[in-house]
Amino acid sequence: MAANPLIDKVLEYLSHTETVDTLQLATEWEEDHQRIVGAVKSIQSSGDIIEVEQRSEVRTELTLEGREFVSKGSHEAILFAAVPSGGEGILLPDLMKITGPNGKIGMSKAMQAGWIKSVKEGNSNRVVRLKESIEDKVQETLRNVAAGTTELDKATMAEYKKRKLLVQNTVVFMVLRKARGFTTVIEKPETDLTPEMIASGDWKTKNFKAYNFDALGTPIPAGHLHPLMKVRSEFRSVLFEMGFSEMPTNRFVESSFWNFDALFVPQKHPARDAQDTFFVSQPSTCNSIPEDYMNRVKAAHEGGSYGSSGYGSNWKKEEALKNVMRTHTTAVSARMLYEIGQKKEFVPTKLFSIDRVFRNETLDATHLAEFHQVEGVVADKGINLGHLIGIMKEFFSRLGIKKLRFKPAYNPYTEPSMEVFAYHEGLKKWVEVGNSGMFRPEMLLPMGLPEDVRVIAWGLSLERPTMIRYGYDNIRDLVGPKVDLGMVYKSPICRLDKQ
Amino acid sequence: MPTVSVKRDLLFKKIGQSYTDDEFDKLCFEFGVELDDVVDIDPKNVEYKIDIPANRYDLLCVEGISTALAVFINKKNAPRFTKTLPAKPITTTVEESTSPLRPFVVTACLRNVKITPEAYDSLIDLQEKLHHNICRKRTLVAIGVHDLDTLSPPFTYSCDPPKQIKFKPLNQTKEFVADELMEFYLKDSHLKPYVPIIKDEPRYPVIRDSKGVVLSLPPIINGDHSKVTTSTKNIFIECTATDLTKAQVVLDTMVTMLSEHLEKPFEAEATQVLYKANNETKIYPLLEYKLETVDVPATNKVVGIEMTADDMAKSLSRMGLRSTVGPQSGKISVEIPPTRHDILNQCDIMEDVAISFGYGNIVPSLPPTSTVAAQFPLNKLNFQLSECMAQAGFTEALTFSLCSVDDECEKVLKSRVDMESKLVRIANPKTQDFQVARYSLLPGLLKTVQANKNMPLPLKLFEISDVVYLDENVDTGTRNCRHLCALNYNKSPGFEIIHGLLDRFMQLLEAKFQDDYCLRAAEDSTYFPGRCAEVIYKGKSIGKLGVLHPKVVENFECNLPCAALEIEIEHFL
Repeated sequence: MAANPLIDKVLEYLSHTETVDTLQLATEWEEDHQRIVGAVKSIQSSGDIIEVEQRSEVRTELTLEGREFVSKGSHEAILFAAVPSGGEGILLPDLMKITGPNGKIGMSKAMQAGWIKSVKEGNSNRVVRLKESIEDKVQETLRNVAAGTTELDKATMAEYKKRKLLVQNTVVFMVLRKARGFTTVIEKPETDLTPEMIASGDWKTKNFKAYNFDALGTPIPAGHLHPLMKVRSEFRSVLFEMGFSEMPTNRFVESSFWNFDALFVPQKHPARDAQDTFFVSQPSTCNSIPEDYMNRVKAAHEGGSYGSSGYGSNWKKEEALKNVMRTHTTAVSARMLYEIGQKKEFVPTKLFSIDRVFRNETLDATHLAEFHQVEGVVADKGINLGHLIGIMKEFFSRLGIKKLRFKPAYNPYTEPSMEVFAYHEGLKKWVEVGNSGMFRPEMLLPMGLPEDVRVIAWGLSLERPTMIRYGYDNIRDLVGPKVDLGMVYKSPICRLDKQ
Repeated sequence: MPTVSVKRDLLFKKIGQSYTDDEFDKLCFEFGVELDDVVDIDPKNVEYKIDIPANRYDLLCVEGISTALAVFINKKNAPRFTKTLPAKPITTTVEESTSPLRPFVVTACLRNVKITPEAYDSLIDLQEKLHHNICRKRTLVAIGVHDLDTLSPPFTYSCDPPKQIKFKPLNQTKEFVADELMEFYLKDSHLKPYVPIIKDEPRYPVIRDSKGVVLSLPPIINGDHSKVTTSTKNIFIECTATDLTKAQVVLDTMVTMLSEHLEKPFEAEATQVLYKANNETKIYPLLEYKLETVDVPATNKVVGIEMTADDMAKSLSRMGLRSTVGPQSGKISVEIPPTRHDILNQCDIMEDVAISFGYGNIVPSLPPTSTVAAQFPLNKLNFQLSECMAQAGFTEALTFSLCSVDDECEKVLKSRVDMESKLVRIANPKTQDFQVARYSLLPGLLKTVQANKNMPLPLKLFEISDVVYLDENVDTGTRNCRHLCALNYNKSPGFEIIHGLLDRFMQLLEAKFQDDYCLRAAEDSTYFPGRCAEVIYKGKSIGKLGVLHPKVVENFECNLPCAALEIEIEHFL
């Protein structure tokens, strides 16, 4: 029945006695101790059959050399035997030839014991016996050690250990007793149900091996979505729920006109420096700007139109034509609002986008050259700053951010402008989470939007709230080709409202 | 956003009230500046670092911040700045030679000034902050402040050949000829950035007095002769510029901020600038007060509050805009002082009403705008396909849209000559990693494999994202195109897996093998010869799949076979 015959042997032995230890069995059966331990462990796993107590014992055992001493005698005894009796003795080199590699040790030990002496003779030495016969005490002692009939004193133990004749090992062994469910016949429990068992009905009588519920299951092979893209989906859902339509933001390259000028960003604004913005060298300029609109934008910048004093300096078309990697998706919002402005009748609109934007920044743990911008825009007649605050509260609360406050801020294309701060319960401080404001009339009126139409807008990065929510310290651990796929495999589904 | 350092105790003394750090932080927040940091050198010497909005030049020094906050908490009234025009104003003549390089200068004079060491530091700091921000690192405007009593007006502003300009620059011990001086300052870490503004010009701008003493070599350095010290009594300010509007703003800011330290505070002496080209004279500083009429109901409507005209006038006065009710009903008359050049339009005044009312006090409500939302079809397809790719056992990567030329050429065994005419190039990348907009997603995915070589095999990755093509039919000359790229990296290439993924993709999009799509053997240097096919959808090639060339794998420091697929998904819209 049992695959290992030792299992039956152990159980059989134990059925006739109260207790036995595994070392005893090993000696008795001349079996390898480890195999017996293996058999005991198998019995243990089959249920409550035996009681096992683990013990350890220090054992003195002969080394290979020690065992040779027992069988052939000590090196010194062998050497002594090689020296002929009588005053003639033997020349040292001849003696060494006979006694081989161990001759030298034998020589020195035999001399120490006063069995022989070495006399100078010419260039060599002659070895002669000092005693007619000797007693090989070392051999005797080791034989007794092997038989377990003697205890060595400390000094002898130390000496023999030093001579590498014996070693002391800690031996772990088991003491076995019968347990409550003791039996000499064990049926190996089944590991799992099989189709055959179901077909035959065997499962009704079979014993099943217990499952280990403390271990983890097998990792499931699966595909995974990227954690930031999961957050992006969640943001997208939130915005759809709030009635916002998605903007076509699939244009990474923008003209400075749409990226800056249409938004009333002055041509000499630092954001338009090569320090901050990626300019495109191929193709370096855009090939068309709506002419009428461009002239109205120029007028807004130079001043004296749309109730504005403008920036009071010449607006140059060459600047506006320069292509850039868009620095914000607001460039697309501007295109959308311009389109609305071109329609005969104004239609209230709510728009959003989540897409990549580019900044020629110095890279650090929280800044990359590209990131995802989330942006929302509401255009309607009669909307006000209270509506902007209201929509911020609604939006952020759906992301699990309930405590907000708003700081007056400056942005070239919004006025009033508000920076949005959220209270971070973990950090115990207010952190900036986004920017918002009402688009300036200098931006909206040239687009052809009616004067009473107000446009509120807000923006934030997708990465920052994701880093805060999931505890990433370095943005490179989240975005880019160097992320650890293990992180992607383990990332949870995105439930921002669950803290 | 500029950050201004001010001594806390001095600031509180000037405001006329003390605060705890938390209270002051709250006040800043309401007003729209930010207490960024508290530097605690010792309890008697605490410094506040305050972030100032980029358009509030009047808050770039302790004088300006303390005045604005004192007015905001009703401790002070906004100062009224005036100028007196003497019978014979100090005149600066502008030679025609300045016109190609730096055509404008504006000037002002401040009499009987008391410059304490703190005021001196503040003056230097303010000048520095203005230079860095509105002056665009001195390219638009450069400021020179001088001890008038060391000089003999009238002054001349001209552009002269460098060899003809010789003077002892500020804080130097010997005289320099201007061209030598440029070489000298190229080694000066502080002034080095400004040298290129004029260095290679045939003539350098210079302001001299009637005795030929050099006041300054704008926009680089002043002369040592007229330098301002704490014992200076009368000050002359000149701002040379390429942008006249900004020069006027800078001069107004310098004058209004410094005029606090005058024997007769806030009263500047007007000066004259004579343009020789047309014999035109101008009087500076402008120190203009503009009157605006604000409609109370309209403002309430924008902010979303109900404020009376009286309250609104008071609110605006707290923001430094002296306002009075009337004369028409429902209107208030608002005076825009020369410190508030940030106010361009009615909306800027409305913002001040909102700030004064308190953003936190505005009652929030959702906009009444009722709309029906729609997805952008390409993104909808994108998200649906991403889900399907993950369901098929592939893991989504998120890589960068910018990359090096090498990534798109040598690394994927494409000819640089061929590719260069196809790539959208960046003019000013800070590193090699951002030389071009990517043309394909494959290099990014291979980099992801490279960084994850020690993960259990196989690595099955995908990305759906935009690449950028050149396209003359679009205004920018470029067009995004959405790609799907997937790869299988394992001990065997697993072409059949990638092929199977393509079939699955087609099945999900209801495209039938043979009828709608097929594979056609193709040669592509990125792929192993004989192991590459074009994906033909409705008769058009939409991408390729195959086993990558071993050299491509090696170029990304990988060592196992890899099969990949990259197609354009916009054909399925």
